[in-house]
Amino acid sequence: MSVVESEVVFTWAGFRRGARQSVPLIAGMLPFGIVTGITGLSQGLSLAEITLMSAVVYAGASQLVALAVWTHPPDLIAVTFAAFVVNLRLALMGPVLAPWFHKFKGWRVWLSLFVMVDHNWALSVREINAGYRDAAYLLGGGTVLFVAWVAATALGAVLGAQLHLPPGHPLFFAALGAFVAVLAQMWRGMGDLLPWAVAAVVAVMVAQILPGTFWYIVAGAIAGSIVGGVRDHRRRLVS
Amino acid sequence: MSADIWHLDPWTVLAIVLMGAATYACRGGGYWLFRQISPSPLVRAILHYVPGTLFLSFVVPALVHGGLQPTMGAVATAITMIYARNLGLAIAAGVIASYGVWMLR
Repeated sequence: MSVVESEVVFTWAGFRRGARQSVPLIAGMLPFGIVTGITGLSQGLSLAEITLMSAVVYAGASQLVALAVWTHPPDLIAVTFAAFVVNLRLALMGPVLAPWFHKFKGWRVWLSLFVMVDHNWALSVREINAGYRDAAYLLGGGTVLFVAWVAATALGAVLGAQLHLPPGHPLFFAALGAFVAVLAQMWRGMGDLLPWAVAAVVAVMVAQILPGTFWYIVAGAIAGSIVGGVRDHRRRLVS
Repeated sequence: MSADIWHLDPWTVLAIVLMGAATYACRGGGYWLFRQISPSPLVRAILHYVPGTLFLSFVVPALVHGGLQPTMGAVATAITMIYARNLGLAIAAGVIASYGVWMLR
């Protein structure tokens, strides 16, 4: 991190650079957004509700998880907790951008963090490490991706209304498939085997014990993460 | 249908606002908190595993419950993702495999 805090600026040029470099990422975001829109519609949400959710929450994975267990009226505690747990990773991502934002206060920081998603965060980390020092880069990319995300989920809702799919139609696999694809990318090697196995077993067991709720997701994640984290921590203490 | 698309159910809107608040608590709160304190190595080690185990806990019970149709879709998606590294293509492969099982029933 060679960035000196006093050098950091927040300009239109940085905003435009972030926006421009985020455009190619829209292609990867589109299928996920369309799937989220179709899922929302199949769970009985209107186009207005789906679009509102994308604009207010703006975090695809948590929207998809919450929509998968959506009820009418919604279980407020369940969906709020789902959003919190699925998005906990964002709490770890923000601090990595401190070399850019330490110097600033107010809207520059808090608006930039609102549009921070995995894609423009990854680009920003690359730019920080390369010595780039315009913090508006994150907001520029985030604005482009925000508009694309809201549009993609709305498009999915419109498409879903045209298709009229029966429950159990194979197209609904797309929602589950999005997570399977993400998982295939997340696998880091044999070290993941034990925590992932624990998570799978606990999740399946809790799903049997508490059917119709989403707690199995949280229970599996907590059990698997603790097993993996404690094991790694002990290994480091020994060596 | 044309009137339905603008429907805003008050409970649904409240749920969306709460989800938004929880999400921003992660985005902004994490930055704020880690500015004040730095988490212990154990906490960091545990958080390291949250994303993978979370998505896995969502997927596996759905496959157990759904049976052959989503399971074959998941296999096709995973294989396509590993070799092609393309999200749209991987989802499409899974839907096609799932469709194949659906047709055979």
